[in-house]
Amino acid sequence: MTAAPDTPDLSTLPPGPKLRPKLSRDDIIMRGSMIIIGLYLVATLVFPLYAMLSKSFSTFTYNLSAYEVQVSDEAGVNFSDPVTFAELDALYGVLDEGDLIAGSDGRLGAAQFFPDFSFRSPVNYRIRNLSPEGRYLIGSDLESSLDWVELDSNTFRRVQLRPEQSFGFGNFQTYFSTPALSNSIKNSVFIATVSTIITVTLAFWFAFALNRSCMRFKGVFRLIAMAPILVPSLLPGIALVYLFGNQGMLKELLFGASIYGPIGIIIGSVFFTFPHAFLIISTALSISDARLYEAATSLRASPWRTFWTVTIPGARYGLVSAAFVVFNLVITDFGLPKVIGGQYNVLAVDIYKQVIGQQNFQMGAVVSVVLVLPAIVAFAIDRFVQSKQVALLSARSVPYEAKPNRKADWVLFGYSCLIGIFIIGMLAVCQFAALVKFWPYDLSFSLNNYDFNRMDGGGWAAYFNSIKMALLTAVIGTAVIFFGAYLVEKSNGFKTGRSIFQMFAMLPMAIPGMVLGLAYIFFFNNPENPLNAIYGTMTILVVCTITHFYTVSHLTASTALQQMDREFESVSSSLKQPTLKLFGRVTVPVCMPAILDISIYMFVNAMTTVSAVVFLYAPATALASIAVLNMDDAGDIAPAAAMGMMIFYTNAVARIIHLIASRGILGRTQAWRQR
Amino acid sequence: MTTLKKALTSVAALALSTAAALAETELTVYTAIEAEDLARYAETFNATHPDIKVNWVRDSTGVITAKLLAERDNPQADVVWGLAATSLLLLKSEGMLEAYAPVGVENLDPKFVDKSDPPAWVGMDAWVASICFNTVEAEKLGITAPTSWQDLTDPQYKGHVIMPNPASSGTGFLDVSSWLQIFGEDEGWAYMDALHENIARYTHSGSAPCKLAASGETVVGVSFAFRGAKSKAAGAPIDIIVPSEGVGWDMEATAIIAGTDDLEAAQKLVDFTVTKEANEMYNVGYAVVAYPGVAKPVEFFPEGLLDAMIDNDFEFAANNRADILKEWQSRYDGKSDAQ
Repeated sequence: MTAAPDTPDLSTLPPGPKLRPKLSRDDIIMRGSMIIIGLYLVATLVFPLYAMLSKSFSTFTYNLSAYEVQVSDEAGVNFSDPVTFAELDALYGVLDEGDLIAGSDGRLGAAQFFPDFSFRSPVNYRIRNLSPEGRYLIGSDLESSLDWVELDSNTFRRVQLRPEQSFGFGNFQTYFSTPALSNSIKNSVFIATVSTIITVTLAFWFAFALNRSCMRFKGVFRLIAMAPILVPSLLPGIALVYLFGNQGMLKELLFGASIYGPIGIIIGSVFFTFPHAFLIISTALSISDARLYEAATSLRASPWRTFWTVTIPGARYGLVSAAFVVFNLVITDFGLPKVIGGQYNVLAVDIYKQVIGQQNFQMGAVVSVVLVLPAIVAFAIDRFVQSKQVALLSARSVPYEAKPNRKADWVLFGYSCLIGIFIIGMLAVCQFAALVKFWPYDLSFSLNNYDFNRMDGGGWAAYFNSIKMALLTAVIGTAVIFFGAYLVEKSNGFKTGRSIFQMFAMLPMAIPGMVLGLAYIFFFNNPENPLNAIYGTMTILVVCTITHFYTVSHLTASTALQQMDREFESVSSSLKQPTLKLFGRVTVPVCMPAILDISIYMFVNAMTTVSAVVFLYAPATALASIAVLNMDDAGDIAPAAAMGMMIFYTNAVARIIHLIASRGILGRTQAWRQR
Repeated sequence: MTTLKKALTSVAALALSTAAALAETELTVYTAIEAEDLARYAETFNATHPDIKVNWVRDSTGVITAKLLAERDNPQADVVWGLAATSLLLLKSEGMLEAYAPVGVENLDPKFVDKSDPPAWVGMDAWVASICFNTVEAEKLGITAPTSWQDLTDPQYKGHVIMPNPASSGTGFLDVSSWLQIFGEDEGWAYMDALHENIARYTHSGSAPCKLAASGETVVGVSFAFRGAKSKAAGAPIDIIVPSEGVGWDMEATAIIAGTDDLEAAQKLVDFTVTKEANEMYNVGYAVVAYPGVAKPVEFFPEGLLDAMIDNDFEFAANNRADILKEWQSRYDGKSDAQ
C-alpha cells in the first residue's frame, strides 16, 4: 500500500484515529476468495437444501370453493342457481377432511358430488372456475378459463377437479399416517444398527490383527481391506444375487431364507462399510501408548484384562466414531437396498420410489427431511468424538510395538484370511458372472455382457462420461477445496466469516446423497434460477459430486495445513512477498501428500457415486455407476456386474497411477522431510 | 491433374461442410423404447432426414413420465417418441403437449390417434401384457404352467411370481389397470390381494420380471410379450403365456412437447413416426401397429395374443392413476416382509 500520508501537524496533536489493523492487499484478496468459495457453498448447498425444505411443506389440496356448477332440469334447459362444490360437499357430506389432501397429480371426480348422478340422464351441467387458480379436466383436456362450460351428463362424468398448491404440514401428516412409508424409518434404523454392530466388530479385530500382531502379509491385507471403496455400493448386492439368489452358487447356506431383504442389505452393507470402519479403528489402535501396556505387564494383568482396561479404552473414540460413520453410511445408502432389498423398504429407496416412481416430489422431500435427521445426529456425534481423539496423543507417548506371539498371530492371521476371502470372493463372483454367457443355463465364457451399447443404461459412453466426470471432479474439486481450506486456516482476522465458512464445509457430510440430488432438482431446475443453464449438463454432476464429498477433503486439507506454522505467513509478509506466492512456492509443495490424497479420494468417489447423481444425469451425461443401477433394474444383472467391475478396475488403476505419481512428486517436493 | 485434385478436394470439403450444416438440428427425444432398438429407429429416420440428429433420453416409462412432469416449467425434451399413451394423456392434461396433426395421420387406425383436433399425440404400436414362464425351473419344482391370471393365485406359485411395481413401471401399471377393468374394481383388488401372497417381489422395470424368469431367478414373470419373445430368441427356456381372461395393453405414442425450441424439426420427426416405413420398423418388435395392413407376425409371439387384448379405457387409466397407485401402495408396498 503506497498511499501518501498527509503531513502531520505537530503543534496540535489530534486525538488520533481508532487503531484498526490495516487490511493489506493480501488480506483483501484472501477474504475476497473466501467469499467466492463461500458463495459457491451457499449456492450449491444452502439454497438447494432450503428449496427442498420448502418443497416438503408444499402441499396440494382441492379447493372446492374454486368451482361453481349449475344443473339443468330433466329437459336439459332451465339451469339451477350456481352452487360451489364446497356447498355441495357440505350438503351431501361426500368427502372426509383427509380426502382433500392430494398429490400434484391428484384428480377428484366431479360427478360424485351429485348423489343421484346418472350419466344416462338428459340433465345438462354447467361448470366454471371461480378463481384464476382453479383448474379442472374434461377427460384429458385442461380447463383453466373462468367461463361457464356446458356439458351433457355423459361428458360431465369425465370432469376431474385438480388440486391447488398450498403450504402446510399436510405432507408430513400423510407420511406419518401411511404405514407403508413410515415403517421405513424402523427398517432403516434396524438395518443400520445391525450392520454397524457387525462391521465395527469385524473391523476392530481386523485392525487389531494389523496393528497389534506380528502376523505376515499385513500390507496385502491392508490393500484387500480397502478394495470395497473402489466399487459402487450396488456391486456387493449383485454379488449376493449370484451367491445366494434363487440360482445362487451357495444358496443352500441360507437354509431357505431369502437374500432379497434385510439379510442381503446387511451382508452387503458390511462389505462396503468395512474399509471405512477399518481405517478409523486402525488409526485409533496405531496411536496407542506403549507405556500403558508396560504398566499393565508390571502389574501382572492378564492379557484379557489388559485388553479390556487398556486396548479397548484406548480405542474407544475410534470405535464410537467408526460406529457412527458406518451407521450414517448404511442409513443413507441407496444402491444396495435398491438392488437386494426386495420388498424391504428403507428411507433412501423410498425417496427414489416417490420421486422416480410416483412423481411425488413433495413426498420425496418429506422422506428426505426424515432421513436428514438421523444422518445429522450421527454426523454430529462422530465429529464430537473425533475432536476428543486428538487429545489422546501426548508428546511423551511411546509408540506401541507388538511382540511376536505364535498362537495369537496364527489365529489373527486365519481371521484376516477369512475377511480377505469374503472381500475378494464378492469381487471375484461379480467378475465371473460378468464373463458367463447366460447364467445359469449356458456357463461358457463370452464377452457378450460387455456389449453395453445394447443394454439399457447408457452404454460405453456412460463409462467414458464417468472417467471424464471423475477427472474433472478430482482436479477442480481438489483445487477449490484445498484453496478454501487454506483461506480458512491462514487468513487473518475475519473470524465470523471463517467460522461460517468452516460450518458450511462441514455440512455436506451430514447430507445424504439422495437428499442433495433431490435438492438440486428443486433448486437448479427452476427456470427463474439464473444457474438453471447447468441443469442437465456435466457441470451439475461435477458440482454436485464436489459438494457431496467436500467435508472429508476439507478436513484432510485442514489437518495438513495446521501442521504448517502460521509464522510462514508472517515471515512472508514482513519480506513483502505476496501471500499467493507463498501459497504456490511453499504451502502447496509442503501439503502435496494431502493434495494427492484429496484428488484420489475425489476421483474414486466420483466413479462410484450413485445416490446424488441418479436424479441429475442427462442422456449425454449418463454415468457408469448409474448404468450399473439401470441395467440391474432392467434385469440385465450380468452386464451390471460387468460395468461394476469396469469401475473397480478403473479405480484400481487410478490408485496405482496415484501411487506412482505420488512417489515421483513427493520425491521432488518432500525431500525436506528427510534428514 | 492438380486442378482435378483441387476440384475434388473442394467438392469433398463442400460435401463435408454441407453434411455438417445439415446435421445441425438436434432434437432431444425422450423415450421408453427398449435401448437396443433406439439406434435402429434413429437410423431409419436419418435415412430420410439426415439433417436432424436425435439425442435419446431412455428410461423406463415411470421414470420418463416423472422426468417430464418434473420439468414441467422448463421442458428439456423436444419430442416424446415411444411413451405409454396413458402417460401422454397425463402430460396432455397438464397442458404440456403441442397439438399437431402429422402429415398422413389420416392413414392410421383412428384408435391410435388422440381424439382432440388437432391430436395431442399419435400412437405407434400396442404393447401387450403376458406371462413369461420358465419351463426348466418349473419342472424342477414341479410347478404346472398357468393358463389364466386367476391361476397365478394358486398356492403352488407361492414365492415364484415376480411382477413390476405399477408405481414405477408402465407394464406394472397396465397390468393393474387392466385387472381392475377385467375383474371390476372390488374383484380386481381381491385378485391382487390373493396374487400378492404369491409374489416374491415387485421390480421397478417391466422387462425385469421376464429377464428374471429367463435366468431362472423366478418361475413366473409378469411382463410383456415383446420382452418374452426377445428372451426366448436369446435361448432362454421360457414359454410366453396369454392368460385366458384377456391381457392389458397400452399404446406407445409420439407427441411434441409444448415450447420446443425447434418446432419445425419436431414436426418433421412426428411426420416420420406415422409413415408406413416407420410402422414397418415398429413391427419388428410389436405385433400390432397403428398403420393398417402393415403388421406381420412377430417371431416367437404367442398365438391368440391379439384377440386377447382387452378393450382398454386409457382415460380411466390416466385419470385414476394417482388413486390406483395410492391404493396399491397402501395395500402391498408397505407389507414388506420385515420380521
